[in-house]
Amino acid sequence: MTNIQYLAPATLDEAVRAFAAAEGAARILAGGTDLLVQMQSGFAKPGMIVDVKKIPELMAIEETAGGGFIVGAAVSGATLERHPTFGKIWPGALEALNLIGSTQVQGRASFGGNLCNGSPAADSVPGLVAAGATVTIQGPNGRRELAVEDVPAGPGKTNLAPGEIAVSFTFPAHPAHSGDAYLRMIPRTEMDIAVVGCGVFLTMDGETCTAARVALGAVAPTVRRVPDAEAALIGSHLDDAALETAAAACRAACNPIDDKRGTIAYRTSVAGVLLKRTVAIAAERAAQA
Amino acid sequence: MTKIHVTTTINGEPEEFLCDPNETMLDALRNRLGLTGAKEGCATGDCGACSITLDGTLVCACLMLAAESDGHEITTIEGMAEGENLHPLQTKFLESAALQCGICTPGFLIAAKALLDENPDPTETEVRFWLAGNLCRCTGYDKIIRAVMDTAAEMREAAQ
Amino acid sequence: MNEISNKWIGERTIRPDGIDKVTGRAAFAADTSMPGMIWGKVLRSPHAHAVIKSIDTSKAEALPGVKAVVTAADIVDFPVDTPVPLGIQDMRWMCRNVLAREKALWHGHAIAGVAATSEAIAEEACALIEVEYEVLPHAIEIDDALAKDAPILHDFITFDGKPSNIAGTLEHTKGDVEAGFAEADLVIERDFTTRPVHQGYIEPHACLVSTAADGKMTIWSSSQGQFMVRAMTALLTGIPQSNIRAIPAEIGGGFGGKTIIYLEPMAAILSKKSGRPVKMVMTREEVMRASGPTSGSKSTVKIGVRKDGKITAAEGIYWLQAGGLPGSPIRGAVGCALAPYDIPNGRTLGYDVVSNRSKVAAYRAPGAPIGAFGVECVLDEIADKLGMDPLDLRLKNAAKEGTKAVHGPTFPLMGYVESLEAAKAHAHYNAPLGPNQGRGVASGFWFNAGGESSAQVNITEDGNVVVTTGHPDIGGSRAGIANICAELLGIDYRRISVLIGDTATIGFSNLTGGSRVLFASSIVVTESTKKIIATLCELAAKIWDIDPEAVIWEDGEARPAGANAGQFPPLTLEELAARANESGGPIGAGTQLNTTGAEGGFGTHICDVEIDPELGIARVIRYTVLQDVGRAVHPSYVEGQMQGGAAQAIGWALNEEYLYDKNGKVDNPGFLDYRMPVASDLPMLDTHIIEIPNPKHPQGVRGVGEVPLVPGPAAVRNAIHNALGIYFDDLPISPPRILAALEGQKAAAE
Repeated sequence: MTNIQYLAPATLDEAVRAFAAAEGAARILAGGTDLLVQMQSGFAKPGMIVDVKKIPELMAIEETAGGGFIVGAAVSGATLERHPTFGKIWPGALEALNLIGSTQVQGRASFGGNLCNGSPAADSVPGLVAAGATVTIQGPNGRRELAVEDVPAGPGKTNLAPGEIAVSFTFPAHPAHSGDAYLRMIPRTEMDIAVVGCGVFLTMDGETCTAARVALGAVAPTVRRVPDAEAALIGSHLDDAALETAAAACRAACNPIDDKRGTIAYRTSVAGVLLKRTVAIAAERAAQA
Repeated sequence: MTKIHVTTTINGEPEEFLCDPNETMLDALRNRLGLTGAKEGCATGDCGACSITLDGTLVCACLMLAAESDGHEITTIEGMAEGENLHPLQTKFLESAALQCGICTPGFLIAAKALLDENPDPTETEVRFWLAGNLCRCTGYDKIIRAVMDTAAEMREAAQ
Repeated sequence: MNEISNKWIGERTIRPDGIDKVTGRAAFAADTSMPGMIWGKVLRSPHAHAVIKSIDTSKAEALPGVKAVVTAADIVDFPVDTPVPLGIQDMRWMCRNVLAREKALWHGHAIAGVAATSEAIAEEACALIEVEYEVLPHAIEIDDALAKDAPILHDFITFDGKPSNIAGTLEHTKGDVEAGFAEADLVIERDFTTRPVHQGYIEPHACLVSTAADGKMTIWSSSQGQFMVRAMTALLTGIPQSNIRAIPAEIGGGFGGKTIIYLEPMAAILSKKSGRPVKMVMTREEVMRASGPTSGSKSTVKIGVRKDGKITAAEGIYWLQAGGLPGSPIRGAVGCALAPYDIPNGRTLGYDVVSNRSKVAAYRAPGAPIGAFGVECVLDEIADKLGMDPLDLRLKNAAKEGTKAVHGPTFPLMGYVESLEAAKAHAHYNAPLGPNQGRGVASGFWFNAGGESSAQVNITEDGNVVVTTGHPDIGGSRAGIANICAELLGIDYRRISVLIGDTATIGFSNLTGGSRVLFASSIVVTESTKKIIATLCELAAKIWDIDPEAVIWEDGEARPAGANAGQFPPLTLEELAARANESGGPIGAGTQLNTTGAEGGFGTHICDVEIDPELGIARVIRYTVLQDVGRAVHPSYVEGQMQGGAAQAIGWALNEEYLYDKNGKVDNPGFLDYRMPVASDLPMLDTHIIEIPNPKHPQGVRGVGEVPLVPGPAAVRNAIHNALGIYFDDLPISPPRILAALEGQKAAAE
């Protein structure tokens, strides 16, 4: 029988040391909502499990100036939901995180786990990308920071180097008259993996959109930002023509697969629809912010 | 495999046990601690039959390692009633026939209690979405949703 | 009919097993353990179709911790040329279903079992078993299996004199169908497909088997019949039934899927070989890969009507998937399809088609929803074309008392027309619809069933009651039995314990299935209780020294009647129980019967949907189930059956399906991607109980559980048609299908 080790280090340094020393045989355990499923199916057979939830930095939520936040990579959706201000300022990012699985799963699932699992359909990742979040990573060679959209490298793959652990997510200061939103399409009302996910962040100056970030999930090997859609929205009044141009850009950005969760044609068509709906919610939030 | 020594609190009582490093909380509860009220319907977090709370937060016992319970507080269905006094949700489920086969019932009760602890006045939609991770194949959910709403109303009234 | 006052029948009493189920104490199959227990795991075929050339278990057996291994060589062989029916199964297929014999017939087919000191060691040992396969081409879908060059699963099956994957047919005819179509003013014919759907019980199959040194064996398992478990295990292992005690654990859902066994014979042999108690529990993935869903189907339904809507002829041809071994529910499809209608000329024909999928098992009204789907969809189109209300069309053709059904019987008193009239008058049917909303209706029929049932009713020494029956309680039958016994004895239902006996403690009782349990068990409980009342009256008569006929039983006590009325103070059940030895001794009565008189059930459903036309999503926003249940002994559990059936129907209609990869492997073997309805998918499910008591049953019971699945898929489909003007003939009506159809509709309009 394979021997498995479980470690729950209290410091990041200890975690990084153990994780790096295991040379790929180790898996990081944050909420465990992907890892334990993979272990159950035999897909993952880690020789070492490094539980990072005893490391204070990975479990902290800190509000920074101007509505910015630093959210520990292993903070659960349920914990973030209970935070007095995070959800008011970044409702889109929070709803993206808390569309993952059930209430039970949200009791455990975290931004860090969702990102590092590398699923193209990860719900929270388009939300993080739209929010302009960066992720702080620590590894044997020290600390670095990456834009969230630069982390996914393909299904099940990330650009984290061996031994690197996601530590926290930095949400930038939240400009006035800005809003974020996330919507996804699933066949049921809950419990499914996204067939298409769409995250949008907008800043408005009166009726004019002055900044926009658009990210799509489940339509390509990685979550992807859609610069053409952003360009179509920026400077517009979010009028029908601009929305249709942005939707077309989203459809064009799709490079999906036919699988058990959706067809290419369906995913592509839905990406445009979700863009328009998500923009509408983000715009409404921006107007109120 | 070298076992891990876990010191935890289950349903308010201190508990110690040994477990494998990759053993789930669900297996530890069921196979080591004799607490078989949490059920395994899927082992992948999709059915909610193994719902428990961890430090008051609703989780699936199948998606948690037993080792992770060290130093934390777990509650299971076995800890829901106080002696012979059923929790109002348990009473209401019985009165409303909110169970048929009963395999999903412990999970629904734990999940519903977690909801009412957080939100004593949920709407039907809130109840349905909160409980979306608890599968029931017998009832069509109708009587379960009504039982939770009715319990919430009665508990609010009793609290006044 | 029960003539005494209805104090308890119809009451929403607390179920006898309720407290245990809300406190976590109820013992389901996987909840039982024993000292010295070891764990069994199953090696399953990695191929959809392959000849098993050899199995070498030596490395597995040598692994430390492994205590026993089982393969098909340990299972009694039933040669393919001699049918050995057991209930709805045939042992020829059961012995090959439990462990693959000559061939692996689907991906996930059990090849061998291992028992070891831990689950992990048993799994590791499974991986050490060396199986030499000759991989064969596979056929998954019906069309693949019927193609000219299709791989033939079984060379002993022939059709039209040639090797074939058609394992059987069943046909019903009435009148002259061709002549009937010639009389019609409008004939509609359509092709339909439905996908295999799983019963979706939340409790995976599980058992614990312990064998003593003298060969006596005890089985704890979750099934819809402990006697079926005993008989099948005995036949497959060669152990006499008298040496097997099958104890029914609480069952965590079955819906027909637990009328068959998978693990028990393996565990029995592993336990016998190892001398240890062996526990086996399927994973959800194993449940999805290897246990039986119901059939997928294709069908062609043709109905002719006159201008006034009167049906002149109807025909339904059905192909049903059996899985890798014969036995699809064609009887339900061809028997129930046309049953709600008075049809002068009708024909139904079903084909049983084998292909490389797990063997199907019963699922709630097996076959009937498949039969009803095409018929109820075509009727919807006819109503549309004739400009007739769809309920009026059904009323015009509704079967009534005296109607001779296409499948043979002449219907007795029953309440189909009442369900249609109630639907027409229902607030739901007359409520306005909003934009993107549609409303559909459909009806359905199920035979219901009687059969063997046993009950023992005992009066305790302190004057309370213990009732034991032989049917696993799957949806509240114990609560219904308590109500009936309380009614008959005139005592509070809380004084009655209702238990499910095991095979050693109660007489033979057939499966929990076919909507037969409350029907059959209440007959034997009623008989037993009546015998007890007679005994109690005799005892009182003896005490009073009067004629037994001069004693009546009322409100839980014996009272002198007739000329003796008022002469003696009544004797209560408690008083009589305490004085039992003054007459015949302990008071109790058993009854064992092959019950008859079950009559079919009918229901009508109304469904409203709302469509998101941009995403192609259909959501059910209102649903009403109307059904003649005979008598609602415990209305809550009757409603529960109606609601549960409707929810399963909605899942079947909208999202549930098996997806296979190109290697013939199920691609969605879990609750994540096998999308059963979750709480937020459904509205409240309204029920309207109609009670036309079954005259052949002491309480008027008719059977409830199966019918509510039958009309559902068509009701949903007809509602979507009403919303969009598009006919969907293939299930599930999933978002990509709706969106593609809407885009097609738009393109056609442009």
